[in-house]
Amino acid sequence: MKEKNGFLKKLSGSRELGLAAILIVLCIGIQIKSPSFLTPTSISDMLKNNAVTMIMALGMFEVLLIGGMDISIASTAGLAGMSVGLLLKYGIISNTFLGILLGILIGIVCGVCVGLVISKGKVLPIIASMGFMYIFRGFAYVLSGGQWASAADLGTFKDFALTSYLGFGVINNVIMIVIVCYIIFFVVTKWTVAGRKVYAVGSNVEAASVSGINSDRVKLVVYTVMGMLSGLAGVLSVSVYGSAQPNMLYGQEMDVIAACVIGGVSMNGGRGSVVGVFLGALTMAVINKALPLVGIDSIAQNTVQGVIILAVIVLNVLTQRATDRKNLKGREM
Amino acid sequence: MSDYVLELKGITKIFPGVKALNNVQFQLKKGEIHALMGENGAGKSTFIKVITGVHKAEEGEMYLYGKKVDFKGPKDAQAAGIAAIYQHVTAYPHLTVAENIFMGHQIVKHGFVQWKQMNDEANKLLQRLHSDFKATDEMGTLSVAQQQMVEIAKALSTNAQIIIMDEPTASLTKNESEELYRIADQLRDEGKSIIFISHRFEDMYRLATRVTVFRDSQYIGTYDVDKITNADLIKAMVGREINELFPKPKVKIGKEVLRLEKLTRIGYFKDVSFSVRAGEILGLTGLVGAGRTEVVESVFGVTHPDSGKIYLEGKEVHIKQPSDAMELGIGLLPEDRQKSGLIMSWGLGRNVTLPTLANYAKNSFLDEAKEREVAKKYLEEVDTKAVTIFDPASSLSGGNQQKVVVARTLAQDLKVVIMDEPTKGVDVGAKAEIYDIMGQLAQKGYAIILISSEMPEILGMSDRIIIMCNGKVTGELSREEATQEQILEFAMEKSEKGGR
Repeated sequence: MKEKNGFLKKLSGSRELGLAAILIVLCIGIQIKSPSFLTPTSISDMLKNNAVTMIMALGMFEVLLIGGMDISIASTAGLAGMSVGLLLKYGIISNTFLGILLGILIGIVCGVCVGLVISKGKVLPIIASMGFMYIFRGFAYVLSGGQWASAADLGTFKDFALTSYLGFGVINNVIMIVIVCYIIFFVVTKWTVAGRKVYAVGSNVEAASVSGINSDRVKLVVYTVMGMLSGLAGVLSVSVYGSAQPNMLYGQEMDVIAACVIGGVSMNGGRGSVVGVFLGALTMAVINKALPLVGIDSIAQNTVQGVIILAVIVLNVLTQRATDRKNLKGREM
Repeated sequence: MSDYVLELKGITKIFPGVKALNNVQFQLKKGEIHALMGENGAGKSTFIKVITGVHKAEEGEMYLYGKKVDFKGPKDAQAAGIAAIYQHVTAYPHLTVAENIFMGHQIVKHGFVQWKQMNDEANKLLQRLHSDFKATDEMGTLSVAQQQMVEIAKALSTNAQIIIMDEPTASLTKNESEELYRIADQLRDEGKSIIFISHRFEDMYRLATRVTVFRDSQYIGTYDVDKITNADLIKAMVGREINELFPKPKVKIGKEVLRLEKLTRIGYFKDVSFSVRAGEILGLTGLVGAGRTEVVESVFGVTHPDSGKIYLEGKEVHIKQPSDAMELGIGLLPEDRQKSGLIMSWGLGRNVTLPTLANYAKNSFLDEAKEREVAKKYLEEVDTKAVTIFDPASSLSGGNQQKVVVARTLAQDLKVVIMDEPTKGVDVGAKAEIYDIMGQLAQKGYAIILISSEMPEILGMSDRIIIMCNGKVTGELSREEATQEQILEFAMEKSEKGGR
């Protein structure tokens, strides 16, 4: 019993390490029950199918860091995906990269809208993004006119998710994009001025302003980046699933937020890391993939998923509290 | 029967890794106001928490009216007639005064709260304190001083015989402090015993008959207030002699750096004009609410003036946001360090370098080695008693936090430094050090605006003093001609005639 405590204490030193341990235990458990889980194809499928959550989780990470919230992201992704799907369907464009680029641009425009209302309009983030959630989703329906773009309409666009030329013929294109996004975010948050500013605004807006940081601009940029990643995620999902529908990715924002929170990003801002987000998103991916594999009834899957998410978060909070207490000990007088 | 209402002997309280109290003692007489003094971190707050049952001491005994007591929690202490009024009012701003007073012990009959009776009782208590507000007023609309009065009324409503006041005057103006003194006197005359914690010597002289000093978690001594000299008391508190509390160096005053002309922000201040020169310390004083902070916030770009002009080195400037002000060389040390000064969860080093990140960046990538070097340099310059630059700001005492804010200012390329209540809640030792740094800044040619409600500080440090009242400048005095009485006269002039 005592040894176990010591082990737990060591884990509590780093939240990421603790989460990694949980993830490994989870994977081992699933692997024992279902040996097909950890094969290269299976892993590749899992990552590809969860690329949307993984990419948007990076944007949400920044949003949560500044103490914000954006629930319009799934609508943004849907709008971007649907728009590009229609353009492909009617043959207005055919180039895959042009399609991806357009999706990103649509996402940026959406992000700027959300960011302006929040930073300049001083509207509560959850309210502002809720409004845009309906607006963007509505646009997607209006644009589609009730139709959707099927695999046949998309032409070569869906091949992007099936090939691996960006990943040197080894790693799937979509997964490669995910990896690149994570590397960029890791570097930016850790070693650049911009990254430090985001943490500053999230930790204490007033102190950041007094230090000469234009917090409105930081907010605008963060929401714009969020929109950009949502647009990217939207078009990638069109390629992965080979179809575009106006209601695509409906409710996805909750998975994204869950991934961040599991990864130890504080909802109050100022706390979190890219590594944590990666592990959190991976945990969500594993849960999504594994529940059917280990033979849990599809009707019960949501419940089990919820329980696992809560369990991981509670464990995380407990470790965080232990670290906080350690920090405070030196101070109490 | 013991002579003492409250007596503590050999109290030792250990927190993991630190002895917060080491064998301390304390005696309180009936109808006595007893001052408890010591630097921040001396153990006063822990001691109070032992008395109020928040903390349990590892060793030692506590006697109440000569009987040994053992509090299991704050409820026990409250039931025994001990009430504490904390420095930061812990009120519910959206509830009424009466609700605040009776929070936790509402008057209830048959399961229903008796509003009328509660309001009546509350009004009676408020009348007893001669307060100028009603039980049905919303707490959030009251001034800090009035809120404190509510806390006192709350203590009375529990029928407390021993009242502990933890730095009650820290955020009060001169007038409000006088009001508090009056109430404290009244309570003493009613036979209640008061433990009064304060950094202000004024408070102690005015109120207390005896003073107990703690230092480094230890009991130093108990003295009769009229028998101990100021210097001896400081020596007891700090453990060393402070030769001069206000080490104001003689500085050659240079050219005008910042000038305000008829600056107006409707509803906050009107036609404010003054200037400050290089090497000069300009004191900006007045009662709380006179508009001092609002003026400098407009200069710094936090808010925007409706009319008027700001000149920096003779050129008119337009400041839209704090980052503009800082680019021009104007820095602000905000009043509320916890809220707007430092990022408490961050290391000291990062706090120091936050405004100047661009200086350590190449192609927007941070050169952390250089950053650390700079942070270390400036933190050493202000002599922070920190172990490393990685210690979180939250681990420091108020005085040391303020020094970190100063270090951050030094790291910037500034011309004008605005300090808003730089020594609020700071102990006497750290105060002297902050004044010393202030003097050094002036010598280096910074133009300094010092906002303060503490008269000795304004008189001791300023070259020139601007006094504000109700949003207007009502007077200007040079260092030589300024006296406490004159400043007060200017500070209250207009308010007596009924405002703007």
